[in-house]
Amino acid sequence: MRFLLVEDNPELSCSVADRLRLDGHAVDSAASLSEARDCLAAAGYDLILLDISLPDGDGRDFLKSERRAGRDTPIIVMTARAAVSDRVDVLDLGADDYVTKPFDFAELEARCRAVLRRRGSALQTVRAFAGLTFNPLTATLTIGPETRELRNRELRLFEILLSAPDRIFSKAHLCDRLFSYAEAVTDNAIEVYVGRLRRKLEGSGARIETVRGIGYRLVAE
Amino acid sequence: MKQAPMSLRRRLVLQLLGIAAVLAILLYLTVRTVANSAAEATQDGVLGAATMAIAERLQGGDTGVSLDLPYEAFSILGSISDDRIFYRVDANGETLTGYADLPLPRHAAPSVEPVFFSDFYREFAVRIAVTNRAVLVNRQPILVTVAVAQTRQGQEAIAQRTANLAAAIGLAAFALAALLSMLTAGSVLGPINRLADAVGRRGPHDLRAVDHPSPEELRPLVTSLNGFIARLRGALSRTETFIAEAAHHIRTPLATVRARAEIALRQSEADETRETMRAVIRAVEESSRSASQLLDHATVVYRSDRLADGPVDLSKLLQGLARSHGPTAELRDLTISVSGADCPVTVQGDRLLLESALRNLIDNAIKYSPPETEIALSLAARDGKAVIAVRDRGRGLGGRSQPELARRFVRGANVDDVVGSGLGLTIVEEVAEIHGGSFLLTERKGGGTCAELVLPLR
Amino acid sequence: MRRTGPALAVILSLAILRPAAAFVTEEEALFPAAGTRAQTVTVLSTTDADVLRPAIEAFQEANPDAELRYVVASSQEVYAAIAEDRARFDLVISSAMDLQMKLANDGYAARWDSAATARLPDWAKWQDRIFAFAQESVVLIASRRGFQGLPIPQTRRDLTELLRDHPDVFRGRIGTYDPRASGAGYLFATQEARQSDSFWRLAEVAGGLSPRLYASSIDMISDLKTGRLALAYNVLGSYAGPRLEADADGVVVEFADFTLTLLRTGFVPTDAANPVGGGAFLDFLLSARGQALIRDRAGLPPIDEAALSASPHLRPIRLDAGLLVYLDRLKRQAFLTEWSSAMSQD
Repeated sequence: MRFLLVEDNPELSCSVADRLRLDGHAVDSAASLSEARDCLAAAGYDLILLDISLPDGDGRDFLKSERRAGRDTPIIVMTARAAVSDRVDVLDLGADDYVTKPFDFAELEARCRAVLRRRGSALQTVRAFAGLTFNPLTATLTIGPETRELRNRELRLFEILLSAPDRIFSKAHLCDRLFSYAEAVTDNAIEVYVGRLRRKLEGSGARIETVRGIGYRLVAE
Repeated sequence: MKQAPMSLRRRLVLQLLGIAAVLAILLYLTVRTVANSAAEATQDGVLGAATMAIAERLQGGDTGVSLDLPYEAFSILGSISDDRIFYRVDANGETLTGYADLPLPRHAAPSVEPVFFSDFYREFAVRIAVTNRAVLVNRQPILVTVAVAQTRQGQEAIAQRTANLAAAIGLAAFALAALLSMLTAGSVLGPINRLADAVGRRGPHDLRAVDHPSPEELRPLVTSLNGFIARLRGALSRTETFIAEAAHHIRTPLATVRARAEIALRQSEADETRETMRAVIRAVEESSRSASQLLDHATVVYRSDRLADGPVDLSKLLQGLARSHGPTAELRDLTISVSGADCPVTVQGDRLLLESALRNLIDNAIKYSPPETEIALSLAARDGKAVIAVRDRGRGLGGRSQPELARRFVRGANVDDVVGSGLGLTIVEEVAEIHGGSFLLTERKGGGTCAELVLPLR
Repeated sequence: MRRTGPALAVILSLAILRPAAAFVTEEEALFPAAGTRAQTVTVLSTTDADVLRPAIEAFQEANPDAELRYVVASSQEVYAAIAEDRARFDLVISSAMDLQMKLANDGYAARWDSAATARLPDWAKWQDRIFAFAQESVVLIASRRGFQGLPIPQTRRDLTELLRDHPDVFRGRIGTYDPRASGAGYLFATQEARQSDSFWRLAEVAGGLSPRLYASSIDMISDLKTGRLALAYNVLGSYAGPRLEADADGVVVEFADFTLTLLRTGFVPTDAANPVGGGAFLDFLLSARGQALIRDRAGLPPIDEAALSASPHLRPIRLDAGLLVYLDRLKRQAFLTEWSSAMSQD
């Protein structure tokens, strides 16, 4: 996905961009509303992450003017104001969703996906691999004539493995990305989801290989 | 130790009673004095008449003064009361008849009207009427003194009776005054009590100005009360602003920390570092959540005195909440189902507070549900009430009572591994109370918790 | 003759046995206590001991520890004993209402409050000090023989006309009290004179017929019975009634114009040595049992308001200060002078 990140705090902006890039997203950063407008004029984005308080104006005004101008790039507001009134405001002004700082990136990604899904986005995210096609927006695997739905954790697991086929992901790494940090899970909890995903992949050329003592990797036969 | 000042009612009643007592005593004394002088006047009248009747029977002549004592004179005296009668008739300084030792006034001048005085005779208090009459004996005028005395027992009995009557009247007047003073105290203090009731009936967070109709005398009190309320509201508002600002300022750096920690976690292969990063992330989550709930709570407290009172469609609210929580739930493979929200169910209330309460409930449910279970949101309108239920398959209440759970900053005993400040349920309870509804936490059949928010339909 | 009981010492005396006393008694009777003699009640009375004996004995039955000394004297002596001699008695009984009234007025009667006295109607007491226990009418007694077939008069006017029309029948045969000698006679005469002018007309007519004057009712009754008198005027009915009951000749007449009714009264003197005992005996006389005994055994009509209202001709002498008037020296002198001149025209 291609994000426009509008955030004036350089530390945060940098961190968020780095973090998103880790998941393979393209991120342009803007430190003010004017910068954001410049970026938007120059390129198209799948999603805008918008802070509220910016040096040259209020994010909400930007939101309003964007929507009034008929530009409907999905916008997710990142707010440090957790009060209900703020959330309600931004939704009423045309934001697609909001996240409260500090946010869980897994949640952010889920929200992004939900927004895009809701918008019926034409974003080409479908990937083909070893005789299957994978649509992360709809969370479906198509193998031959058959379409299989993935549950969220299966989806995310598959996404991780698919991001680097043949690379071995450790159980701990997978756990960190699949489970919330607040949840107390053992590394073995991952085995359940690996098992399920293997069954969903049956009939395709894709296979999850157990690397004993280290982790898993996705291989094409 | 400072002694509690006397109650207004008691003070008022006591003062009125004091006034009533003084008036009753005055009434008593007046009635008594008037009655006594009336009784004395009556006695004097009869005594004087008897004396005159005797004097009229005096006759002169050649041999001396003669007197035919009229029977009626004494009989009438006797008919008024059974009092002793003494009399004395002196002629030329010698006692003609009667009681020779009956006292006489020292200076006796001839007079048509009898003279009255009080004295003692034979140990009896007596009232004496004296009249002087010149009688011709041998054509020489001789001064004859007629004195009639009567004991005062009858008069005293009358005085006693009037005193008793006066005392009874005084007591009755006092009793009546006492009753009236109670009623007066009641009616005077009524507005104060009603005002106190009106203020006392308010919810714990109701900080609206008092506009209870009050008599003029209470207006300064109401004015200062409202001034105080306004200051308190201002203070609360500043507190809320402060919390909001504090939350805001803490969130941005927290977000940076979190992002950095996640990155480090992703890039590090060292178990130690990874564990540290996880701990950092958990701490950040906890801080964030605490800040949210503190803010929510401050909002509840602040908003409760100026409720944005309007119709709130619970169906829409619930659906919106389900949708906005969808992605969060999804992360844990939880499904949120909504039932009963097909048609609008409208209550009167503050949408923000209601949303805040429901958000807390749903957050809780997501937090405590095991993966791949369902959180059932349901809305029903029955018996004039809207019932919103949030049911999960979590670990239930763990044997703790709702008041314990809802107590501020206390968390369930079985949630050590789940981030939360424990303010959530307090907020829900307060919102329920503000809306005149109720909040009930029960164990769900088949495991889990059922949280019910009941609001009156209007 | 008077009866004498074995337990009763009767001393007839004209002189006083006790040297300190100056008044004259007629009779002194001692009723010893049945039990231990814890107290002595002394009664001074104008009423014969025999008359009250049943009441006294009943009183002692109820109070076995009470010894009762009963002294009888004339009404004027009774007055003198209390007012002048300051003799100490626990109860003073007299038919001379005026003298009783004067004693009480002058402060010799003590207050006595009891349930029995409270029941007494107001007209039968004065100031919670004097209490009447018998009401006796003052009557005319006549001898049928003495009237020689003439009609027995029913009013004073009848009597006056009868005397005027038949002087020969009644000359020297009319008896009445001598008010100069008898307290009761003076009271009856003065009260009658006060009530009606017919008294003086009657006195003038009777005065022309050489009336006989008496000091007691009993003597008049006996002289009527012996035939010395044809009629006696102003006799105590309570004495005449029982004594003439069996006598077909004797007639008792209560005048229809008015008949004086005397109240026999008692009081507890202020000087009483045993006022409680005197009061107790008084209470007994006023009690239902005492009143019944007075009616049935003493022949004295008890205090009965109903009887008074049933007989309108009965006119009770009012027990009030008016009684003092005729005790006035000048008044008495004037009355007796007038009476004497009316009665002795010979």
